Amino acid sequence: MDVQFTPEEIAFREEVRTFLETEYPAELRGKYSRDEYSKEDFLLWQKTLHKRGWGAPAWPKQYGGTGWTATQKYIFQEECARAETLPIPPFGMSMLAPVLMAFASEEQKAHYLPRIIEGTDFWCQGYSEPGAGSDLASLKTKAERVGDHYIINGQKTWTTLGHFADWIFVLCRTDATARKPQEGISFILVDMKTPGVEVRPIITMDGGHEVNETWFTDVKVPVANLVGKENEGWTYAKYLLAHERTGIAGVARSKKGIERLREIASVELDAGQPIIRNPDFAKKISELEIDLTALEYTELRTLARESQGKGPGPESSILKIKGTEIQQRITELTLEAVGVYGAPYFRGFPKDGDNMFPIGPDYAHLTAPMYANMRKTSIYGGSNEIQHNIIAKMVLGL
Amino acid sequence: MDFSFTSEQDMLRDTVAKLVAQQYDFDTRRKVAKSDAGWRPEMWAQFAELGLLGAAFSEAEGGFGSGPIEAMIVMEEFGKGLVIEPYLQTVVIGGNFLRHGGTDAQKEELIPSLIGGETIFAFAYSEPKSRYDLHDVSTTAKKDGAGYVLNGHKAVVLGAPFATHLIITARTSGGQRDTGGVSVFIVPKGAKGVTTRDYPTVDGLRASEVYFENVAVGAEALVGAADNGLALTEKVVDNAIAALCAEAVGCFKVLNEATISYAKQRKQFGQPIANFQVLQHRMVDMFMAAEQAASMTFMVTLKLDEADKARKMAASAAKVQIGKAGKLISQDAVQIHGGMGMTDELNVGHFFKRVTMIESQFGNTDWHLRRYTELSAS
Repeated sequence: MDVQFTPEEIAFREEVRTFLETEYPAELRGKYSRDEYSKEDFLLWQKTLHKRGWGAPAWPKQYGGTGWTATQKYIFQEECARAETLPIPPFGMSMLAPVLMAFASEEQKAHYLPRIIEGTDFWCQGYSEPGAGSDLASLKTKAERVGDHYIINGQKTWTTLGHFADWIFVLCRTDATARKPQEGISFILVDMKTPGVEVRPIITMDGGHEVNETWFTDVKVPVANLVGKENEGWTYAKYLLAHERTGIAGVARSKKGIERLREIASVELDAGQPIIRNPDFAKKISELEIDLTALEYTELRTLARESQGKGPGPESSILKIKGTEIQQRITELTLEAVGVYGAPYFRGFPKDGDNMFPIGPDYAHLTAPMYANMRKTSIYGGSNEIQHNIIAKMVLGL
Repeated sequence: MDFSFTSEQDMLRDTVAKLVAQQYDFDTRRKVAKSDAGWRPEMWAQFAELGLLGAAFSEAEGGFGSGPIEAMIVMEEFGKGLVIEPYLQTVVIGGNFLRHGGTDAQKEELIPSLIGGETIFAFAYSEPKSRYDLHDVSTTAKKDGAGYVLNGHKAVVLGAPFATHLIITARTSGGQRDTGGVSVFIVPKGAKGVTTRDYPTVDGLRASEVYFENVAVGAEALVGAADNGLALTEKVVDNAIAALCAEAVGCFKVLNEATISYAKQRKQFGQPIANFQVLQHRMVDMFMAAEQAASMTFMVTLKLDEADKARKMAASAAKVQIGKAGKLISQDAVQIHGGMGMTDELNVGHFFKRVTMIESQFGNTDWHLRRYTELSAS
């Protein structure tokens, strides 16, 4: 065991850092911290990575992966967080792709995977429904087989970035007579341009538009878009969720978040001195940072197990629970640090061209909306209570 | 970066695990803790025979391994058996004082006999009023010719009843709370003027109040530089903290396994209590706390040779995490065991008491949180 980086790993870090300094698109700089992004921004970043041969670090080499070691991937994550690059949306890259690799036909793999890595298609996820949240298997969206097509009817919700998406992977009920709710579900790929697909925005309490309702009315989809076997979709859905959890820890981004929190707390005054010198506040930062260190080493242990060929197991639920708690706590303390300037609300204000007076420090502008927005993390991807159930059942055998 | 163990390290773990399983079952441990001697010298001899006392020393030092990782492995397995014998005091603390501060003569004299099982250390650092500050030292060592004369009172010196030698922090200059002026000495416990009052501790170990009255020692008793012993002491104590974290991780594993298996067999309202979600989630929290604690133990063990600030922050971070995890796991283990968890008959209470004592050993959670915070601002 050791935690020293080898000279090769240090050289790799330099290589990544140089790449990000020189190749990260100028028009994307600063967008991550301003929480601004468009579909084109995400795809441009993906194309840039692909051009460098780094389009899919987590994929196996045969599909265009980098063949990096776990340590290299870790370094890459750290450097991207440090440079505040846009994140890579997980829907195509880390949710759908592993399912395709494991269960799709050769034709499907050959068609869809390159389009993900090249930054051609933007994907979204059609899992949750108004009546199927944590109890996902109770989903009702129906796909009826008619000749060479499925006819899909129903409603999905919380479709993150659905308004950007070219494609959606949808869990549908294909056998209404199955004995158990988990049976009779299929995993189907749908072109968002198909007639009958309608996306309606949901505005969240932070004022942002991230999630949507996606409605399906007599949507006609070729049978060739079924992944794996009909009625076996639950197996694929669970496989996807296990993969989703490994990336969800967000250690590198959280490290950067704490760094920013410390910077802010070093200039915000409390009783006449930087609030970071207030022992009560400083203690909260320390506890948060210590929790993050523990999470980081738990993730490293998980990666080490994976690199020995043991896939992500149910213990990856720890990463989800702790990772999201930490992400939430960072935004909570940042809001606390900015004091009164947490109140002004800037989304859509001031109108273009108004630059008369600065209203508080720039770093304060998004703190309250971010705090509000991050409450989602302990709800999505299988709520943290569901993660507790998973560990109880799968790891502890309860 | 690499998180795998070598095959020698795996073998070491197997050896210790087997020894604990075969010779350190709970009933035996309980009997030994209550016996007059309070430990088993023959067990210590067995540790020596099996090479456990040399596992944390490099081959150049006369040992069989390389250091902190081996100590971590041994301590975790010892934690599972609530091992009483003073491995922490002797191998981790004594060994590291010699390794990082010992003169060649001290190493030659003491390391082979330590590995052989003849030399046993106890670490006399805390005082009735010093609480957790290592620099808060009122015990004095006055220069007297080439040597020194020691006077003072050291509090709750763990393992002192079993020790052949005491490692003592004493003030050679400055005031009681000055960071400079602290020196470290090794003194045979039988030296003239050393008096001990031995007693059991709540977690089944033994300790002593140690009094020094005009104890004359030669210059060769000094470990490290005179007046500059604090940095050395902090480094050794950080090593001890890493080992203590490993011991705690061993305790956590036993507590969690015991709790889960009890919850599966204990029936109330016509079903095993393990079926109740409110208990399931508590047990998941215990499991996660233990995993995070294990991760932090890796972290601190791997950072013991880093520069002072990084090492100290690592040790304090780990101690905070282990302290919090310990409270959660030990309290919930007792709670889920219900009335049975309260009894002396069941092992759970004994692990509870050991974990509680670990929380305050070498500084409690608050103390380390403060140290971490001060270091991160420096």
